[in-house]
Amino acid sequence: MRRLEADVHLWQIFRSYLRVGLLTEMEYRINFWINLIQSLLSAAVALGALAVVFGQTDNLGGWTPAEMIALLGVYYIIGALIRVIIRPSMTQFMEDVRKGTLDFTLVKPADAQWLISVQKVEIWQLMDLVIGIGLLGLALQRMGERVGLQQAFIFGVTLLAGGLIVYSFWLILSTFAFWFVRVDNIQVIFTSLYEAGRWPITIYPGWLRMMLTFLVPVAFATTVPAQAFTGRLEPGLMLGALALAAFMLIVARLFWRYGLRAYSGASA
Amino acid sequence: MSHLLSVYKGYFRTSLAVQFQYRAAMFIWLLGAIMEPLVYLVVWRTVALQQGGSVGGYDVGGFAAYYLTMMLVNHFTFSWIMWEYDYRIRSGEFSSLLLKPVHPIHSDMADNWAYKLFTLTLYVPVAIGLAWLFRPTWNVEGWALLVLPVALILAFLTRFFLDWSLAMSAFWTTRVQAINQAYFVAMLFFSGRLAPLTLFPPWFQRIADFLPFRWVMAFPVELALGRLTPGQALIGFGVQLGWMAAGLLLLNLVYRAGIRRYAAFGG
Repeated sequence: MRRLEADVHLWQIFRSYLRVGLLTEMEYRINFWINLIQSLLSAAVALGALAVVFGQTDNLGGWTPAEMIALLGVYYIIGALIRVIIRPSMTQFMEDVRKGTLDFTLVKPADAQWLISVQKVEIWQLMDLVIGIGLLGLALQRMGERVGLQQAFIFGVTLLAGGLIVYSFWLILSTFAFWFVRVDNIQVIFTSLYEAGRWPITIYPGWLRMMLTFLVPVAFATTVPAQAFTGRLEPGLMLGALALAAFMLIVARLFWRYGLRAYSGASA
Repeated sequence: MSHLLSVYKGYFRTSLAVQFQYRAAMFIWLLGAIMEPLVYLVVWRTVALQQGGSVGGYDVGGFAAYYLTMMLVNHFTFSWIMWEYDYRIRSGEFSSLLLKPVHPIHSDMADNWAYKLFTLTLYVPVAIGLAWLFRPTWNVEGWALLVLPVALILAFLTRFFLDWSLAMSAFWTTRVQAINQAYFVAMLFFSGRLAPLTLFPPWFQRIADFLPFRWVMAFPVELALGRLTPGQALIGFGVQLGWMAAGLLLLNLVYRAGIRRYAAFGG
């Protein structure tokens, strides 16, 4: 019962941050249009690139155009998670460490890791989520298949695991802020490598595939859920994704707590 | 002229010192610049392998050479000035630049060179490593390599003038991000960065002929790969010169109009 109460509490925290984010961004309504244009432009580029590739071949490393569109859809959905919550919150966190204002977060009576992880929400970036879902719909229509309940479940699980893996990785990177005060550029490492995730991980040469799977877990964030969506995932991989997600969450948590001990606050 | 030279020397030395301070950040930013050609190289060599070894006149080794050269040409010609001006104008930092007795473009150019010289220490080993991994095949043409520096310098100047003109849009709007993005999209498709232009349909290639992008990217790359005849190279140099002049003209027009507007801001 206590556990449940704690969860409700966490959800309430997230909801109030969401509301604050919404209220803030309502003041800058023009940003909605700017973001709309930027998101549509980026989706057009992605689809245009696919059109150029499929002008020369009918499949890319075994992926049909419809399956590639599904992959793009996943890429946008995970990208939305990053841009709406993870990146703004982590950027804020690193700035707080630098300025010493993290103190205000630490004294709040809630789990600090959760607070810093959801503290800033950029609502307009949700456009990418809409685009991602739209792309999945388009892929579904072009594949001309019905997705069974089991397949939908596996897709949901792998997508969730992908999101958690990305979050954990990002938290680990951000935690370095406790020792190296200027690390905001460290986020660029992930965003640069995430770009590679819009293409199937299977086409990359071995060394790069290993890097994109284990060093920076892009493969589990995009390719694996897309494989689940198109019904091509090997059953074992779903468990693998879940195991990796759990492992990374634990590592990120431990590392975060270790880092927190190195934080000396504004007064020191 | 010798006055300007000493100005450049001063700027260059300061820039180098500043950038040395941010060396970790520099190298991280480089990652994105390396990933893009690397990803497209992998995509296109996969396609080539599936289509029996080559598409659009490029085989696996040809694509490797194309994208490695593209990476270096892009490094040589790119600038990030369109991201700086937004901040400079909004924060008012631009006022102090205006007080200096030299045109602000000179310090930007010195910054650009210092960054490139500095990051070359990483680019060279990366390029060698990628060449070892992807086995590029070159068709070396002596005359083409001889005139390549001219093409590169023209490409750099053209791109710098156009980028700088674009950066001036910050005088009129605070929404430069969307404008920059549109510019980068056009650049990605029409410059040959996404794919060699021979892989696009003919109507697309004709449009590319009339835009500046292919002449600052694909042209030097194709020249370096020995894929052009002397006649084609000559035409390319002519078009490059034309765009460079157009860029310089545009830059002067936009800069003058922008300054007038900026003064109006201050009241």
